[in-house]
Amino acid sequence: MTTLTERRSDSAPSPQRPSLRHRLAERGVDRQLWLLLPAAVFVLVLFLYPFFYGLQLSFQPTKGGPLADYQRFFSDAYQRNTIWLTLRLALPAALLNVAASVPIAYRMRGRFRGKRTLTTLLVVPITLGTVLTAQGLLNYLGPTGWLNRTLMGLGIVDDPVRLTNNYWGVFFSLVITGFPFAFLLVLSYLSGIDPTLERAATSLGADWKARFRRITLPLLLPGLATTFCLTFVLAFSVFPSAVLVGDPTGETYVISLAAYRAAYEQVDYPYASAIAMVMGLVELVVVAVVLFGRSRCYTGSTGGKG
Amino acid sequence: MKPSTERFQTLRLDGVSRRFGGQDALVGLDVTIAAGEFIALLGPSGCGKSTALNCVAGLLPLTGGTIWQDDTRIDTLPPERRGFGMVFQNYALFPHMSVRANVAFGLQMRKLPKEEQRRRTEEAIRLVDLEGHADKLPGHLSGGQQQRVAIARAVVLEPSLVLMDEPLSNLDAKLRLGMRTEIRRLHQSLGLTTVYVTHDQEEALSLADRLVVLRDGRVQQIGTPEELHAHPASWHVADFMGYRNMVRLRAGEAGAGREVLVQGHGLRLTGTAVGKIGQGAEVIAALRPDDVEVLGVESTPAGPTDNGVGAEVEVVEYQGREFAVEVLTDDGLRLHVRTERRLVPGDAIRLRVDPSRLLVFPTDDSAATEDAAVSDRARRATVG
Repeated sequence: MTTLTERRSDSAPSPQRPSLRHRLAERGVDRQLWLLLPAAVFVLVLFLYPFFYGLQLSFQPTKGGPLADYQRFFSDAYQRNTIWLTLRLALPAALLNVAASVPIAYRMRGRFRGKRTLTTLLVVPITLGTVLTAQGLLNYLGPTGWLNRTLMGLGIVDDPVRLTNNYWGVFFSLVITGFPFAFLLVLSYLSGIDPTLERAATSLGADWKARFRRITLPLLLPGLATTFCLTFVLAFSVFPSAVLVGDPTGETYVISLAAYRAAYEQVDYPYASAIAMVMGLVELVVVAVVLFGRSRCYTGSTGGKG
Repeated sequence: MKPSTERFQTLRLDGVSRRFGGQDALVGLDVTIAAGEFIALLGPSGCGKSTALNCVAGLLPLTGGTIWQDDTRIDTLPPERRGFGMVFQNYALFPHMSVRANVAFGLQMRKLPKEEQRRRTEEAIRLVDLEGHADKLPGHLSGGQQQRVAIARAVVLEPSLVLMDEPLSNLDAKLRLGMRTEIRRLHQSLGLTTVYVTHDQEEALSLADRLVVLRDGRVQQIGTPEELHAHPASWHVADFMGYRNMVRLRAGEAGAGREVLVQGHGLRLTGTAVGKIGQGAEVIAALRPDDVEVLGVESTPAGPTDNGVGAEVEVVEYQGREFAVEVLTDDGLRLHVRTERRLVPGDAIRLRVDPSRLLVFPTDDSAATEDAAVSDRARRATVG
């Protein structure tokens, strides 16, 4: 309606051709776009510039040709192995976070008493930060922690179970910090699904298993894929907990640690940049695979308010 | 489609009640639905009609009363085991499934043989004229088409009862008329027992075999469209049935039979009492616009038996064959009438009422606060 009246007033001088401003407005270009400027500057200065700087740096190794640092990384088995070590941590952690969020969020999608308290409890770990989580893990799961003292006191084990300063310590840390994030995302995706769809399925004779499998899960799947990608990327760049509750020279020598050592122990920025680029590439490959799968799901309206 | 074998003879709601917190949403609904009947639950929003439907569907547990399907108690059964079809206001089609998959869903849940699933799905899609759209997703259909899918999805199971929750309220006026006929035609050809919730009296009157009028969670009247249309049991029902003129008057002496004299606002009319009316009691006189006879001013009052009042035309709305006219009586009372006479604002006319068409109801002074509707009308009347 407004476009019609605007057209009439704008095009008064030349009735055949609407004004430039009007033609741009029809394509969604108007003065309000300037509001995007701060965000654009932010992305440019703090993300794109460092990225391209690092990219060109990685092709200027201290010795050898442009790809020498990449060759160096992939020819060194100890370094190359960091990709596998990091994937081994990040993939299962992200998968577990998403998988655990679904049933909990599914139970919590309705309205009930104490929902806010429960949500707060589940989300609190986000505010803790990695260091505090690591400290908690050491106190609780460490060789002299409560868990091992209890287990030994009950005579279930003779020697402490090693759950920190190895793979498991880092894995637990990733789950604790990643779960609230995944849970919040899944909960919001779930509440975006129209609840009458499930009621309709009920009236057609579907029990809760069929309702979940045929209605809720297919509508939630794109959201789960997105959640997985985000939690995976967070977990893949694991750094503090790999040092604090991991085994930073052995099974949790993750790729970000390799980049850190190259940069700050060997002071070889081009090599560190090359490692960072490899890291980014691996993340990109995983995300691309997941998003390809997502594009094959139904991603249209789910009827809800979300 | 052949009728399902597991149909009931009667579905009996016995004192069905539902409370939300401390709030009564539905109080003691008693109604017996015969097989093949089309029942409309009618009332303004918040009257408990959707609550009643959800209670029958099993989507809301009852807080009182029982539901019997012949001799089987079913209010304790989970909704998926009641075998009732349901059509929702927003259609609730599964957005990620094609029209065909939506319709087939219920058949799959019943684990019917593949061949039968396919045959019945196609049959239902043909029934609602959507053969050309079977492979589309619901998001690519118009509102009316989506509604037809919703209906096909519910009736493909040949349910013993179909529950419809304001299925036409999201459609535009033209489509609504078409779908109304469609629903009636489906009901006639399939003989499906239907409970239909609506706030539109015209829709209810045209579709239903029997109407249940609800107000504040309580049944006001149950009856056929003709009964409700001609003999509303209370002024609330009358208000809903198109008795647009409601005037607060005072009862005079009773006449022959149920006739009663009412007066006030310069009116002195004979009407028909509905319920007990004491002499001198405050009453509500209800009159439908098309039950008013509009005469020219030249027809002078023929004595006390005239049963009429003089008025002046204020607003004339053209409505096809007739005019809807708002008039102001000599005493400043605003009335609505319908007439084929061509009138213009300012015309002086005379109105005459058949005593049998002027219904006189007792007020419900016990709940004076709920009288907003009437006092509002009365206020407008006095202001005018």
